[in-house]
Amino acid sequence: MNVASVSTLQSKFASRPVSKLQAKFHSTLLTTIAASIACALAIAQHTSAGAAEAWKPTKSVEFVVPAGTGGGADQMARFIQSVVAKYKLMDQPMIVVNKGGGAGAEGFLDVKGASKDPHKIIITLSNLFTTPLATGVPFNWKELTPVQMMALDQFVLWVNAETPYKTAKDYTDAVKKAGPSKMKMGGTGSKQEDQIITVAIEKQSGAKFIYIPYKGGGEVAVQLVGNHVDSTVNNPIEAVEQWRAGQLRALCVFDDAAMPYKAKVTKELSWGDVPTCKSQGLDVDYKMLRGIFMAPGVTKEQVDYYIALLKKVRETPEWKDFMEKGAFDQKAMNGDEFTKWLTKEEARHQSLMAEAGFLAKK
Amino acid sequence: MSQSENEPLEKSAVSTKVMDFVVAVMFFVLGAVVMWDSTRLGAKWGSDGPEAGYFPFYIGTILCAAAIVNAVRAFLGKDIKAPSFVSVSALKMVFSVLLPTIFYVLLIDGVGPIPGLGMYVPSVIFIAAFMVWLGKYKWLMTLTVSISVVVVFFLMFEIWFKVPLPKGPLEAALGLN
Amino acid sequence: MDEITSLMHGFSVALTPYNLGLMFVGVILGVLIGVLPGLGGANGVAILLPLTFTMNPTSAIIMLSCIYWGALFGGAITSILFNIPGEPWSVATTFDGYPMAQRGRAGEALTAAFTSSFIGALVAVLMITFLAPTVAKFALKFGPKEFFAVYLLTFCSFVGMTKAPPFKTICSMMLGFALAAVGLDTVTGQLRLTFGHMELLKGFDFLIAVIGLFGIGEILLTLEEGLAFKGTEGKINAKIVIETWKQLPKYWKTMIRSSAIGCWMGITPGGATPASFMGYGVAKNMSPNGKNFGNGELEGVIAPEVAAHAAGTAALLPMLTLGIPGSPTAAVLLGGLLVWGLQPGPLLFTEQKDFVWGLIASMYLGNIVGLIVVLTTVPLFAAILRVPFSIVAPVILVICAIGAYTVHSSMFDVWLMLVFGVMGYVFKKLDYPLAPMVLALVLGDRAEDAFRQAMLGSGGDVTTFFSNGLVGSITVLALAMLFWTPVRALVGKIRGVAS
Repeated sequence: MNVASVSTLQSKFASRPVSKLQAKFHSTLLTTIAASIACALAIAQHTSAGAAEAWKPTKSVEFVVPAGTGGGADQMARFIQSVVAKYKLMDQPMIVVNKGGGAGAEGFLDVKGASKDPHKIIITLSNLFTTPLATGVPFNWKELTPVQMMALDQFVLWVNAETPYKTAKDYTDAVKKAGPSKMKMGGTGSKQEDQIITVAIEKQSGAKFIYIPYKGGGEVAVQLVGNHVDSTVNNPIEAVEQWRAGQLRALCVFDDAAMPYKAKVTKELSWGDVPTCKSQGLDVDYKMLRGIFMAPGVTKEQVDYYIALLKKVRETPEWKDFMEKGAFDQKAMNGDEFTKWLTKEEARHQSLMAEAGFLAKK
Repeated sequence: MSQSENEPLEKSAVSTKVMDFVVAVMFFVLGAVVMWDSTRLGAKWGSDGPEAGYFPFYIGTILCAAAIVNAVRAFLGKDIKAPSFVSVSALKMVFSVLLPTIFYVLLIDGVGPIPGLGMYVPSVIFIAAFMVWLGKYKWLMTLTVSISVVVVFFLMFEIWFKVPLPKGPLEAALGLN
Repeated sequence: MDEITSLMHGFSVALTPYNLGLMFVGVILGVLIGVLPGLGGANGVAILLPLTFTMNPTSAIIMLSCIYWGALFGGAITSILFNIPGEPWSVATTFDGYPMAQRGRAGEALTAAFTSSFIGALVAVLMITFLAPTVAKFALKFGPKEFFAVYLLTFCSFVGMTKAPPFKTICSMMLGFALAAVGLDTVTGQLRLTFGHMELLKGFDFLIAVIGLFGIGEILLTLEEGLAFKGTEGKINAKIVIETWKQLPKYWKTMIRSSAIGCWMGITPGGATPASFMGYGVAKNMSPNGKNFGNGELEGVIAPEVAAHAAGTAALLPMLTLGIPGSPTAAVLLGGLLVWGLQPGPLLFTEQKDFVWGLIASMYLGNIVGLIVVLTTVPLFAAILRVPFSIVAPVILVICAIGAYTVHSSMFDVWLMLVFGVMGYVFKKLDYPLAPMVLALVLGDRAEDAFRQAMLGSGGDVTTFFSNGLVGSITVLALAMLFWTPVRALVGKIRGVAS
């Protein structure tokens, strides 16, 4: 994060007396009213003049997070919101709304129901695929409009730093030695990405875990520090602080190549130093979508507006820092390429979940 | 409760005994529904602890059992403080507010194919109706209060806190949504 | 004393005119948010977060945390005046606060509530200042089985305290549990009790239920007795504050107990809501005035408010040191920290000294500012009761409808609120107690999750709840609380017979 630029702003504000601040509140109010009236006029003009110019939001944009506050998706959504606000990338405000009920089904159904509403976008995680498959909620990603893949989130196998396991093999051997259902794997939610990975590890190594579902990723990392579980598959950003503090150890990353970030995160290691699980004989490869979708039935113009907006977001230095801090795979795509990727990924989840026995009973 | 003292003088709309019994039966039905759905999910103690329906099943069971006791006690007329659940005049008062409130929510939400009017216009109507009908205020006073209260809400929710509330045709016409 | 030096440094960071100004603005906004049901502290902080992006992190967090204090203070106002808890943790405040207001003692109740909040927060801040590292380690000891034991303790300290018929209490509590079970089951990912209705996916929100049960239900009850609120004749003047303060010191035992409960529940993180219930329950069991609780006892306002505020403040500690939020509001604050590039975690205290100690200093200052602001509003808020019923009642109903809507932006919830309202009316008249139901609704699914996570871990072995000193002693304490009331009643009877 660019602290230097923030602090120059601070000095500018620090001299501002209180009364002016309050005055600012009133003036914001007035400008907002004025803006909304101007906006009304704009709509009137717009409809009469036809859609000659490019589409722009005419009211505040609701940014739906199909998960609770504080999780990875929520962090990214609030981060995007803050970047948009900071660089004034949009004339209208962006409001983050958490609709995490029913493993995200609440949010997805809300956007699915807001047909043709261009003022609603949603950030997705793997529950885009897993929730309908596991719960039978009538929803499919094809019922939304894909906009942009922002990044892919990595998964890392973590153990408590006090344990003797140095490699993934050490750990899976220990799990096997302990016997089936003795060692505990903590994860977020049930029949979602963390449990899918756990099952994949079990298939590959022959080890058998007790999977304990928790509500959020941050909670899982702390449970591991407190030794209430033996390992986790947290996303990098969920466990990075505990790693830096020397409380957790990263064993391997579930990707086909090591992460590209070379800057030191802990005293000795960078994200790039974490070996791939494949190189450790654990051939599991799983990454999670962080993508933006819109309601069904929106026009191409409207989709293009958000693609351009998100492009500007991805070009900011803050975004780059955020990506590095969370060791994201910065793959980004949109349009047909994105749709193809989604189709492939859905099929993969279908088979992964079928193998694991996670599909909803019909 | 204090109102019980003068109630025998008034005509009772429904007796406490009947109401108590009806509520107990409703609890029983609810408990049964919970039990039924829990068995569908699996209500046993699995190999690794309770299944999804385990706790709800027992909640349903206890609910049903307690409801039976309550129904019997109601039938026998136990723990009844006043014979009348609500007098006719009191019930009228309650409905004089409850029905307009239901109508108010219908106005916001819309009925079937008729779209709702949003949160703000029905709120003005609702407050105004109360003031004229129950408070016997003059129209000028009524309109001033009802409109200014709702405008304050609008500013607070839409402008300051950026919480969008449902909006209807009027807001659309004014370009406020 | 390293902490003192750091704290003084913190004060020097926080005490600028600009920051003081932000504190006032934050507290006032927070009170407003706390007063409006549905616009929770989490919501308020989330919405105002973008406003603070132009500030430096320390100023921004000062303003945001002051909104948080303001919301904690503000939740008590509607609870006392209209029996509508603006925030989940003010439900327990309604139990005695509202009866007090009905007797014309609204000013007293408000003053006591605000002052207690202040004391609770102060104790928690002192703890954060001097014990942060130790306490953070303590929080790590809490796994699923410990959490379950804590929830059990909350239930046990609260159960058996209603005077309602026991089977009606059971019905009411079970209804709360059943409602809490609706929605997605965390442990298996199965949908429970939704019967294919998509509106039920998200479960029953606690706030919708309390707005209906308490708010709407109370208005319907009031109506039976005519178109007026009770307690309008109470005296309102500035002296009420001083008069109430004179009474407070004699409740020091309750304050200490509630502060301890609050600090503990905030850290673990059980949160402010269980803390307020537990504080109330324990005070009722231990206090010589316990029998009068529920009829407008000042102590019944103090106990939950001290506990809730201590917990709300202490909840910031696990957020800063572990990165786990102790409350939804703390979760949003956490998001705020990330935006400034401050990653909460074990290293925050060592790497960001300015920020951390500035924040801690602002906790002291923010609470003092908060207390001043809210105490000056006591006469103002108490005067609301004098506004004619035919104006206040519809406005309250409108606020309830808006509040119910804003929780999930869903009209279904507004209808649900009406249903809960009628339910609240009928239950109250038939002597079904509402408090056990609300408690079960707010803690039911959390307790169940913790229990089942513990069972998964132990392979279905229930003795895990006695498997170490910590969990064992909480469980034993819980069971002791459960049997305290009947045992005391029995002892009382035997004594009565003997004499």
